[in-house]
Amino acid sequence: MRRTPMDKPGRLWNTCRRHETAMETLTFILHNLPAIGERTLEHLSIVGVAVGVAILTGVPLGIAITQSQRTADTVLYLGSVVMTIPSIALFGVLIPILSKIGQGIGWLPAVIAAMFYAQLPIIRNTYTAIRNVDPALRSAAIGMGMSVPQRLARVEIPIALPVIIAGIRIAVVINIGVTAIAAYIGAGGLGTFISRGISQTDIRQLITGALALGLLAIACDYSLLWLQRRLTPKGAQPRAP
Amino acid sequence: MIRLDALTKVYATPQGQVAAVDRVSLDVAEGETCVLLGPSGCGKTTTLRMINRLVVPTSGKIFIGGRDTDAADPVLLRRTIGYVIQQIGLFPNMTVAENIGVVPRLLGWSSDRRRRRAEELLAMLALDPEQFLGRYPNELSGGQAQRIGVARALAADPPVLLMDEPFGALDPVNREAIQDEFLRMQRTLRKTVLFVSHDIDEAVKMADRIAIFRAGRLVQCAAPDTLLARPADAFVAGFVGSDRTLKRLRLIRVREVMAAADGSDAGAGPTVAPDDDLRRVATLFLTHDRDALPCVDADGRVVGRVTRAAVAARLALEPSP
Repeated sequence: MRRTPMDKPGRLWNTCRRHETAMETLTFILHNLPAIGERTLEHLSIVGVAVGVAILTGVPLGIAITQSQRTADTVLYLGSVVMTIPSIALFGVLIPILSKIGQGIGWLPAVIAAMFYAQLPIIRNTYTAIRNVDPALRSAAIGMGMSVPQRLARVEIPIALPVIIAGIRIAVVINIGVTAIAAYIGAGGLGTFISRGISQTDIRQLITGALALGLLAIACDYSLLWLQRRLTPKGAQPRAP
Repeated sequence: MIRLDALTKVYATPQGQVAAVDRVSLDVAEGETCVLLGPSGCGKTTTLRMINRLVVPTSGKIFIGGRDTDAADPVLLRRTIGYVIQQIGLFPNMTVAENIGVVPRLLGWSSDRRRRRAEELLAMLALDPEQFLGRYPNELSGGQAQRIGVARALAADPPVLLMDEPFGALDPVNREAIQDEFLRMQRTLRKTVLFVSHDIDEAVKMADRIAIFRAGRLVQCAAPDTLLARPADAFVAGFVGSDRTLKRLRLIRVREVMAAADGSDAGAGPTVAPDDDLRRVATLFLTHDRDALPCVDADGRVVGRVTRAAVAARLALEPSP
């Protein structure tokens, strides 16, 4: 492309605008640090409770369905169906249902929706990990006189743990995204900056929200990766990324 | 010690009912090593797995120490039976010490006692406790791992040991070594051992008695020497091999055929010891073209002689069934 002399002032102006935007955003961030912190905590409270509940339900369910191929297929299919529902649609469905107990919008529907999205990766990874435990180990454990809970607690779950945590990592990252949308139903969280940024055409809030969400997702993923490595039995090969 | 009474396992298959184990009755005395031998799919492993209730029998009874195992809680029963499998099955998330301590822990032993027991067993298996207790299974060679597998089965000192092709996955050198170690240990421990194998040489070496299986049926159960000398039918004869007389040679010790020294074997040349087997004698006969060899003790004193005629006479002897 040929450069015309007219380009130069235009580019210069753009560069100035970019610098200005960056400076303004930085100023906005610095002036709103307490608000960002608060929104981050709101975000984490939704993700934390949703994933917590999903672990308490999904891990036992993932272990239970290893007993029956047909149940496993059904449960994993239902899980995949849930994953295909757009989160905004799920919020829409939850509003009339939860309105009956006066909780149509806000924290509770956000947690419930996020919890649904967290189920599949946790159930699927738990199921796969337990299924993949070497049958010889199961045979040895039973043959040595372990009861079913002992076998699960001492052999199968420790060996499956890295893969289970890998599932939890996926669930957390998905939930950080779902919770960002939940700002539209008044659940708060870091998505608030983005929704306000859009409605008020305020690029500073948009960038702040996007930046914070990205950093939060990366930070959560890395801390869980660290946990996953810590909990990988020393004698077991790393089995999941 | 272990009595199987018309033990049967029938599986339903698309082709109809198939008896994997068909009315097997067997008595194994206390301290005896009985090898269940046969081609794959003959029901020997299913028989073994019924004893610790990994497979539930269709009919028939199993008595251990006179007690009907139907009446026992399978989980508690299994803790009193050592179990070694071919795939070894050491738990990768546990150290060697923790692996050996699995059953003792299930039985509620203190951690101190578990540790002492693990050290004792490693020493018995000629593995340095200091070096091995803290290792994980992926830091062991195949032979070391199976030694730990055996130690784990022996940890709670069970009277009965079930071994399912325990040394089948090892290379021949390692297999020989671990077989020898197990025999040495078994001489002092005197466990009642049921040992599944498909290898006639291993069976001849390890067994006090060999039970030969074919298509779910027990076809012959006898001491190795009897089995090799007088196979019950063509199947057994085929299974033990056409070189069964050569196999018998390894079972017979020089002292069994040794005659008094008559002074004719003086001078240099090959000698044998009373505890050598006849394989060595036969080899020396052939390589040195001899008909007789002097037999010397550990100090080199001649204590007797062994002749071709004596060996032939011993081989012709029908062992009592």
